[in-house]
Amino acid sequence: MDRGFQLLSMALAAFVAILLLAIVLTVFQGAREAMATFGTRFITTSSWDPVSNQYGAFVAIYGTLVTSLLSLLIAVPLGVGTAIFITEDLIPASMRNAIGLMVELLAAIPSVVLGLWAIFVMEPAIRPALQLLHRLLGWSPLFASEPQGPGMAPAILILVVMILPIITAISRDALNQVPLELRQGAYGIGTTRWGALFNIILPAAISSITGGVMLALGRAMGETMAVTMIIGNSLNFDISLLAPGNTIASMLANQFGEADGIQVSALMYAALILMLLTLVVNVAAQWIVRRLSLKY
Amino acid sequence: MSYTPVTYDNTPLFERRPLTFNPALTRNRFNAFCTALAAVFSTVAVLPLFLVIFYVLIQGGRLLSLKLFAELPPPPGLDGGGIGNAIVGTIVVTLVAALISIPIGVGGGIFLSEYSRNGWFAQAVRFANDVLSGVPSIISGVFVYGMIVATRVIAGQSYSAMAGGIALSVLMLPTVVKTTDEGLKLVPQELRWGAYGVGASKVVTILRITLPAAFTPIATGVVLAIARAAGETAPLIFTALFSPFWPEGIFSPIATMSVLIFNFAIMPYEAQNELAWAASFVLVIMILGANLLARWISKLARP
Amino acid sequence: MKSSLMNPQTTARDVCMSLQNVTISYGRFEAVRNVFMDIPRGRVTAFIGPSGCGKSTVLRALNRMNDLVPGCTLKGRVLFDNNDLYDSRIDPVEVRRRIGMVFQKPNPFPKTIYENIAFGARVNGFKGDMDELVERSLRKAAVWDECKDKLNESGLALSGGQQQRLCIARAIATEPEVILMDEPCSALDPISTLKIEETMHELKRSYTIVIVTHNMQQAVRVADMTAFFNAEAVEGGSGKVGYLVEFNDTERIFNAPSQQATQDYVSGRFG
Repeated sequence: MDRGFQLLSMALAAFVAILLLAIVLTVFQGAREAMATFGTRFITTSSWDPVSNQYGAFVAIYGTLVTSLLSLLIAVPLGVGTAIFITEDLIPASMRNAIGLMVELLAAIPSVVLGLWAIFVMEPAIRPALQLLHRLLGWSPLFASEPQGPGMAPAILILVVMILPIITAISRDALNQVPLELRQGAYGIGTTRWGALFNIILPAAISSITGGVMLALGRAMGETMAVTMIIGNSLNFDISLLAPGNTIASMLANQFGEADGIQVSALMYAALILMLLTLVVNVAAQWIVRRLSLKY
Repeated sequence: MSYTPVTYDNTPLFERRPLTFNPALTRNRFNAFCTALAAVFSTVAVLPLFLVIFYVLIQGGRLLSLKLFAELPPPPGLDGGGIGNAIVGTIVVTLVAALISIPIGVGGGIFLSEYSRNGWFAQAVRFANDVLSGVPSIISGVFVYGMIVATRVIAGQSYSAMAGGIALSVLMLPTVVKTTDEGLKLVPQELRWGAYGVGASKVVTILRITLPAAFTPIATGVVLAIARAAGETAPLIFTALFSPFWPEGIFSPIATMSVLIFNFAIMPYEAQNELAWAASFVLVIMILGANLLARWISKLARP
Repeated sequence: MKSSLMNPQTTARDVCMSLQNVTISYGRFEAVRNVFMDIPRGRVTAFIGPSGCGKSTVLRALNRMNDLVPGCTLKGRVLFDNNDLYDSRIDPVEVRRRIGMVFQKPNPFPKTIYENIAFGARVNGFKGDMDELVERSLRKAAVWDECKDKLNESGLALSGGQQQRLCIARAIATEPEVILMDEPCSALDPISTLKIEETMHELKRSYTIVIVTHNMQQAVRVADMTAFFNAEAVEGGSGKVGYLVEFNDTERIFNAPSQQATQDYVSGRFG
C-alpha cells in the first residue's frame, strides 16, 4: 500500500511534465503542415488570406511584441512605485494593506470583463487624449493614423491594467525580503529614505523584480481576451499605435473556431511561435530569480 | 587620564548642518518629490479596479432580476431574456476542471513534497510546473482543440463541456501542484516524526496527519485557482464553444458566462450588450466572493 | 537633577548626550522606563544587563533608529548638541550623520569594499580625496591589511569579523561624533572580537562610543563607564519593563556597585 501510493503520486507528478510535453508536441504536430508550406516566410510576411491560402503572421507577431513591451514600459514604473509605496512606512499600515488588497483584487477581475469595460468605457474615454496625441505627434509614423475606436493604444493600456498586479505583487515581495539589517545599515550612515531605496534596497531586490517583470512580459504576450476585444483585429500591417492591430493570441481567439484546412495549421504555427516566445521569457524569468537571487 | 575634546563641527571635508529639518535642501525636495510620485502611481494602480467595479455594478446591476437567472438569452435583435444557461454552464465547466485538476495536482504535490524533496525528478517536475503555469491560456485551448476536439476522442463529440473543463484544468493544475507542494513543506517535520513514532506508515501519516495540517494553504490555493478558472474565456472559445440553449450534458457544447460576455460584447445589439454587463456582474461577484473566501480560509488558521 | 545624583563622577566632565526621563514603548507596551543618563564625550560607555532589559532599545533611541520600528514611541528628552533629538523639527537623517551606528549582525552593503566606504562619505557630502579616506577609514578599523588588495571585491566576500570591521570603517568614514555599537561582537569568534576591541581603543581617542554588550568581560576591557539595566515584571500585566539600575565608572560597577541587583548580575548570580 505504501509503495502503491508512492507510485501513484509519482505518476501524478510525472503527469505534469508529460502534459507540458504533450502541449508542445500537439501544437508542433498541428503546425508541421504550415511550417513545411510557408517556412520562415511565415514570420516575415504579412498577408493573411484564407481565400488564396497564403499565410504570414508578421502583423500578429509585431502586434504581440509591441503591445507587450510598451505595456511593460508603462506598468513597470507604476508597479514598482506602488510596491515601494506599500512596503515603506510612508502611510499607515492599514492603508498600505488596503492598497495591496485592491491590487490583488484587480488581478482577480477576469480578462473578458476588462475587455468589456475597455470597449464601452475606457476606449471612448481616452479617445480624445489619443486624438490629441495624433494632432501633436501625427508627423511621427507611430501616431500617424486617426484614432477611430479599437487599436493598439487602448490594447496597450488594458494590458497595463492586467500586468500591473503581477509586477506590484512580486516587487512587493522582493522589497519585503530585503533584510532589515541592510536598511538599518543604509539609514545608519545617514541616507535619506529615497537615497536608501535607490542605492541599497532596490539594487538588492533588483533580480527578483526583474524576474517578476519577465513573468509579466510573458503574461502580456499571451493575454488574449481583453486584447482581442479592443485591438481591432486588423490583418493589415500599420506601424501606427493608434491604428487597429492584432496579436497572435487574438488571432487564435478569432479564427480558430471557424478555420479549416491549412488555416488551422497556420494558426497552430502562430501558436507555436507564441508558445516559444512565452517559454523563452518564462524560463529566463526563472533563471534570473534562481541564479541572481538575493545574496543574503 | 587626560582628554582633549575633539571638535568635529568644522571638519571642512564634510557638510555639517544644523540638526533641524530643512525642507529646502535638495535631498529633502527630492524625497518629497519621489514620495508624491509613488503616491500618484499607487492611485493610478488602484483606479482601474474602482472604475471597473463601478461600471460593472452600475451597468450589470440594473438588469438584476430573477429572470436573469431563469431565462435563456434572446435571439439576436430581440429584447429581454437572461443568462441562466451560461451560469449553469460556468458552474459545470469549472466543476469538471476542478474534479480533474485537484486530484492530479494534490497527488503530484504530495510526491514533490513528501517523497522526493529535491531529487532530479522533482526538480524537473517543478520546472515543468512553473513553465506550465506560464503557458498562455489560449494555448491550452489550442492544445485541447488539437488533442480532443479535432480528434473527437470523447464520445465522438467535437466541442463539449468536457473539452472545456479539460482546457481549464490545464490552467488550474500548476497552481494546485504548487500550493500543495509549498503547503506541505510548511508542515513542521516534528509532526511527521511524531506519527512515525507511534508506528504510522508513510501513507497514513500523509493522509491523516500531514495533508490535514496543510489544509489551509492548499484550500486557499485551490479556491483561488477555481476563481481564476471560472473567469477564463480563451480556453473555452473553441473547446466548450457556446450554446443558446440549456446544457444538454457534458458531452455537448455549453454556454459559459465568460464566452457569453465575449460573444455578446462584440454584437451590435443593445440587449446582448446589456446581458454581457449582467453576466460580468454575476461573474465578478462570484470571483471576488471566492477571493474573499480564500482570504477568510487563510485567516482561519491564524486567529 | 536626578541624573547628576546618579552619576557623581560625570558631572564635571563634558557631556555628549543626555537622556532625561526617557520611556520607550512598542505600541502599548513599555520596553524601558524613566531612564536618566549623561553619556560623557570622548569615552566608551557600555550598556549591560540581562536580555529584555531594553539596553539595545535605548541605544537605538540615541540616533533615532527606532523610527524604523513600527509603533515605537519615545517620551522624555534625548539631548545632543543643544537639541532635543525627538523635537518635531529635528531631521533624523541629520542626526544619523552625526551619530553613526554599528549593528549586531555585520551588514555590509552588497557593493565593493571600496564602495561600502565611499557610499556613506558621498552621502555625507564628502569633498576630499576619496582614496585617501577609504584607506584611512579601513586603517582606523584595523581591516586595511586584509582588504587593501581586494578593494574592488564585494564586501560580502569577507569573513564575518572582517565584515564587522568593514562596517566600523563605514561608520567612521563619515566622521560622526558618536558611534553606537549594538553587540558588535555577538556574532564573531574570539579572535575577531579581540581585534574589534583593539579597534575600539583606537577609536575612543576621537569618538564618543556607546556599546551594548552581553559580555561583561568585554565591558570591563573596553568601557570607561558602564550602565546596568535590569527588567522587572509589570504590575498587573504580562511582560517586563526595563529600567536603568546604576550608571557609574566601569570599575565601580564591577567592584563596588551601590545596588544589590548590580552586584548579583556582575557576580554572575543571575542573568
